[in-house]
Parts: sequence; structure tokens; C-alpha cells
Amino acid sequence: MNLHEYQGKDILASYGVRVQRGKVASSPEEAVEAAKAMTEETGTQWYVVKAQVHAGGRGKGGGVKLAKNLEEVKARATDIIGMQLVTPQTSKEGKKVHQVLIAEDVYYPGESETEEYYMSILLDRAAGRNMIMYSPEGGMDIEAVAEHSPEKIFTESIDPSVGLQDFQARRIAFNLGLSGVAFKEMVVFVKSLMAAYQGIDASLFEINPVLKTSDNKIMAVDAKVALDGNGLFRHPELAALRDFREEDPTEVKADQAGLNFVKLDGNVGCMVNGAGLAMATMDIIKMAGGNPANFLDVGGTANAERVEKAFRIILEDRNVKAILVNIFGGIVRCDRVAQGIVDAYASIGEIPVPIIVRLQGTNAAEAKKLIDESGLKVYSAIQLKEAADLVKELVG
Amino acid sequence: MSVLVNKDSKVIVQGFTGKEGSFHAEQMIAYGTNVVGGVTPGKGGQSHLEKPVFNTVKDAVDATGADVSILFVPPAFAADSIMEAADAGIKVIVCITEGIPVADMVKAKPYAVKRGVTLIGPNCPGVITADEAKVGIMPGFVFKKGNIGIVSKSGTLTYEAADQICKAGMGITTAIGIGGDPIIGTTTKEAVALLMNDPETHGIVMIGEIGGQLEAEAGQWIKAHGTKPVVGFIAGETAPAGRTMGHAGAIVGGAEDTAQAKKAILRDCGVHVVDSPADIGSKMAELFSK
Repeated sequence: MNLHEYQGKDILASYGVRVQRGKVASSPEEAVEAAKAMTEETGTQWYVVKAQVHAGGRGKGGGVKLAKNLEEVKARATDIIGMQLVTPQTSKEGKKVHQVLIAEDVYYPGESETEEYYMSILLDRAAGRNMIMYSPEGGMDIEAVAEHSPEKIFTESIDPSVGLQDFQARRIAFNLGLSGVAFKEMVVFVKSLMAAYQGIDASLFEINPVLKTSDNKIMAVDAKVALDGNGLFRHPELAALRDFREEDPTEVKADQAGLNFVKLDGNVGCMVNGAGLAMATMDIIKMAGGNPANFLDVGGTANAERVEKAFRIILEDRNVKAILVNIFGGIVRCDRVAQGIVDAYASIGEIPVPIIVRLQGTNAAEAKKLIDESGLKVYSAIQLKEAADLVKELVG
Repeated sequence: MSVLVNKDSKVIVQGFTGKEGSFHAEQMIAYGTNVVGGVTPGKGGQSHLEKPVFNTVKDAVDATGADVSILFVPPAFAADSIMEAADAGIKVIVCITEGIPVADMVKAKPYAVKRGVTLIGPNCPGVITADEAKVGIMPGFVFKKGNIGIVSKSGTLTYEAADQICKAGMGITTAIGIGGDPIIGTTTKEAVALLMNDPETHGIVMIGEIGGQLEAEAGQWIKAHGTKPVVGFIAGETAPAGRTMGHAGAIVGGAEDTAQAKKAILRDCGVHVVDSPADIGSKMAELFSK
């Protein structure tokens, strides 16, 4: 589950991580009030107006603007709120901006030059441990850094039995070339960041940039925070931060129906039991000359109710020209699933696209008979190969 | 011979009296698995499915000599149960549970490994040695006895592969469902190595998916140590980057964990990669007809 920048920063601050302060606003008027409040709280004279959407590269799409007075705050907020923000990480249509963060200006002049660093915490799958990844090359795309100067990316592996140690935090600060006050600030920053990561069951922190201000403070200017969905049961207050407006409405509906669904942009819908077989089924559709319209795992209990819900969700997509149902019945009996399909068909009424049903496993033959004798416009198959050939025949 | 579990395995079920635990324990017993009891804290001393229930894994091991455990414990308590089984001296732990927080597995896996335990899963269908022991949730009848081993991250795709192998006139030694989570106990490479060293297994089916480096690592191992034909399939060629496809670990993070990249590496390592999951059985049959 992804959070907005302002939500992530609030959490980090609660763990003692210094962050660029800001207030969130949903209208230009609120933005002006937020700016006034920021000046009162921080003394800032300039402001940064930042679009709050779940996508990186917001600055490149015009979603982050400097405002030097309250009139400019209002003008920038008016421009950004409601816009379709297109960034390198969004679709061509972009994402609608509902809120902006009015943040303090932290690039003020002072005793030293400002510096930008990169820092993330994530799972190192190969090692089965969390790691801190960091670089003195901050403020830019880390993939680009990895490409042209991989020697500038450092990692620190965290031993789960003892957690982050002080020497590791010091090593990070030294590798970033820090000394004096800024060095001490960085050690505290790293330790607080790790405490936050573990405290909220995060799956990713990406702080880009981490800023050394001209007066040697270390702070998070941006915060990408993702939570481990499996850990949310421990944090109901964080689960409540989910912003459904950032997600595909069909996916939200599927999620509420307990279906594992990902919307894609092809023409053949599919309904499968099991995630691996679902991906494999998508691949079969592609090989047969179609394109998968979705990923959908109906799970172990493919009964009539779930099958009906799944059909309805797939049919919301007007691009769908055919549906492939692929069930390997183990514990779940194929004839039950077949009956579910027949019932769902009757309940939905006219399904305007051809359906290919492949049922294999327990009672597969009975299931095929049930489908074939139902009088419905359903093509049945038992072997995976036959199902693939049917897809080819219908859409290839 | 076979790997991990056989007819002599003494199996206990953690989460024995729950709905899932009861249902699958009954199926396992019906298959012929030597289930010697179960564990549900607070229900020790009772009897369930005509087997004794214990409060702790330690009690169960002391009383029955159990060496294999299968877990149907809810996600919030599953890591604790893995560590309890490891501490009690269980040698093979099969964790079926889906949805365990990553932070819990970061701790539980090294705890088990340090005690010499083979952990299978989590988020897996379990392990089956055909005609001997089913320690999992798979439909037993699909797995006819034979000489092909299966290693897979996916449940239903394992059944699919086994069914194709059997329909092509061959059969299964042991099928190992390693699980689809980002952190799993036994890796693809380790499972393949077990089957490669099993004299009864003559060929191996290896089923992977997008995300992580496990298949590539297994490929390198096969290139260096492989002595038997391996048929490989990687699911998710059409999956978009950055989206989790059902399994928590099935997500494309970069160019190297796509299905295309993994297939290329496996082919380089001498694995017989099929692009369609419908061709797993026929490919294996073709290799053995030569």
C-alpha cells in the first residue's frame, strides 16, 4: 500500500526523522491558509507547492512549483489542483491531483552549500534481509546513477537479529562525506529512519533527496513510503490512510469482493484459480494472438457467487472481446465450478462475448458435459492446449 | 528414495483443530500420510480426527517422535509457529499460510536455518511424494508415481504440470511447492539440488515466475552441477512492471527479474524452457523419447 508524501512525512516525523515541513490543502484557498500557517510555524518566506499523487517524477510533469508569495501560492495551487499530472511513472492520461502539499523552502542560503543525497530502505530478497541503499548523488533518478556511476551507490545490510548498528549509521555518514554537525545529524537521521521502517512494517522507503541544508541540518525533502499489506493488521491507523482515488476503480471493487484483480489493457479477459496459473493463462492468451485484459485469481473457492462477481468485473471493461476461464480443480470440484458458471450466466443475463471454459482436475468430464448441455454460448475444453487453440480461433 | 517426505515421515499439524487444518489433515490422512498428531495451544490432551492434540510442538515431538510439521496457522502467528517447530527439533517444516508479514519472515527464516531445519514455504501448496506422503493441500490423485520431480512457486501450476506429466505417460517422485512470497525457506536452487541428488528422480520440472533472482540462481547451479534434464517454465511474460500479481513476491522490479530475462538465463544454462505452460508434459516426454 502506497502513501502520499505528506502522509509519509508525518509518520517519519513521529519517529524523530527531520522532514521538510508542510501542510496539505485541497483548494487554492486552503493552500493560502496553509502557506500563512507555514510562515508562522517556520518563518519561511517562499513555499513549494507539491502535487500529492502516487507517482514519482512529479517535478518533471509540472507538479512541483516554487511560490515566492501568497499570490503565487494561490496561482500555483489553482494550476495544480485538478490537473491530470503526467510523469514518467504514470500512464499517458496521467493522474488527477486532488491535493497539494504547501511546504517550507529549505534551500535558503547560509554558511555552507546545500547538498542532496539519495537514501532508501528495502528488502534485499536474495539475502532475506532489509538493506539501506544510499548515494551521494541525490535529487536525480537513482536508476540513472546506477547506470552511469554504480560505484556511487552504497548498501548497508541489516542483520535481523540485532538490527541497525551505530557503526553502520556512522559508515553511511562518512561515505556521504559528512563531518561535524551534519555528520551527527545524519547518524540520527539514519537511525530514526530505520526505526520508522520497522515500526510501521514498511516495504519501501525512498527519500530523494535527503538534504543537507546550508546550516547543516539533514532532512527528508521528499518521502516515498510503501507499507507491507500483510503487516497492516498490526496498524489499523495506517490502513485508514489508503487513498482509493489513487487506484483503478475496478480494482478497488474487485478487492472489496475478495478477488485478486489487476487491470490490463488487452482484449481477452481471464478468470483463473491460483496466481501462477493466472499469469500462465495471460501468457497463453498472448501466444494465441490476443492480449490479456486482466489478471484475476478467484482463489480456492470458485463458487457461483464468486464466479458471478468475477464475470461482472471483467465485463466492466468494454475492450474485452472474449473471456477465458481456466480452473484446475483439486479440492474444488470442476462440476461445482461449471454449475457456478451456468448459474452466473443465468443471473447476469446476456453475456455479449464468447466464453471459453477450461476445467481440468476433479470431475472434469462431468463439468464439460454440464457446460456442453447447458445450451449456453460457451466453448468448453479440458486440455490447456485446446483452450489456447480456442482463444486463437476466436480472437487470434 | 524420494526427498523431504516419505511413508516413514511422522507428521504433525500445527493449527490442527482450525477449519483449514482439520480439512486438510483429514485429506492427508486419507492419502496415507502418517499424521501422528497435531498442535493447538490450549487444546492439549484432546483428540481430533482420532489423533492426539498437544499444547506445544515440544510436547508433540516428545510423545510421537514427529520429524515433519505442516502449518495452517493464521498469518499473525505463523512466524512464531515456525520458530516453535524449529526449536522443538522438527526437521522439515512446511508452511502453507499466505499473508505473513515480511518483517516476521526476515526473523523466522534465519532462526530456522540456524537450527538445521528445511523450511518449505510460506505461501505454498506443500510437498507430496507420490503414493507415500502428502504434506500439503494439493489434490493427491493428480500425482501418479513415477520418475519426474517438480519444483514450483505456484500451486495450481504444479497440479497442471503433474497432470501433463502423468498424461504423457510418466509420473512424479516428489513435487515441492516452494511458495510465492518474497522470502521463502527453501529456494528454487535448493529444491532442484534435492531432486538432482535423488536417484529415483530422472528428470525435473522447474516452474518459476516474475520477481526475484531464484530461478537465475538455480539455472547457474544446474549449469555447473546438473546431471538430469530440466524442463523450465516462467509465468508472467505479460505481467506489467511494478504490479504485484497475486503472489506477494511476483512483481517485476527491474529488467533482470522479468520472465523474458529469466528464460534467457535458463536457456543459457541448458534448461529446456517452454514458452507455453501447455507444453511442459510433451517437452519432458520428448526429452525421454530420444
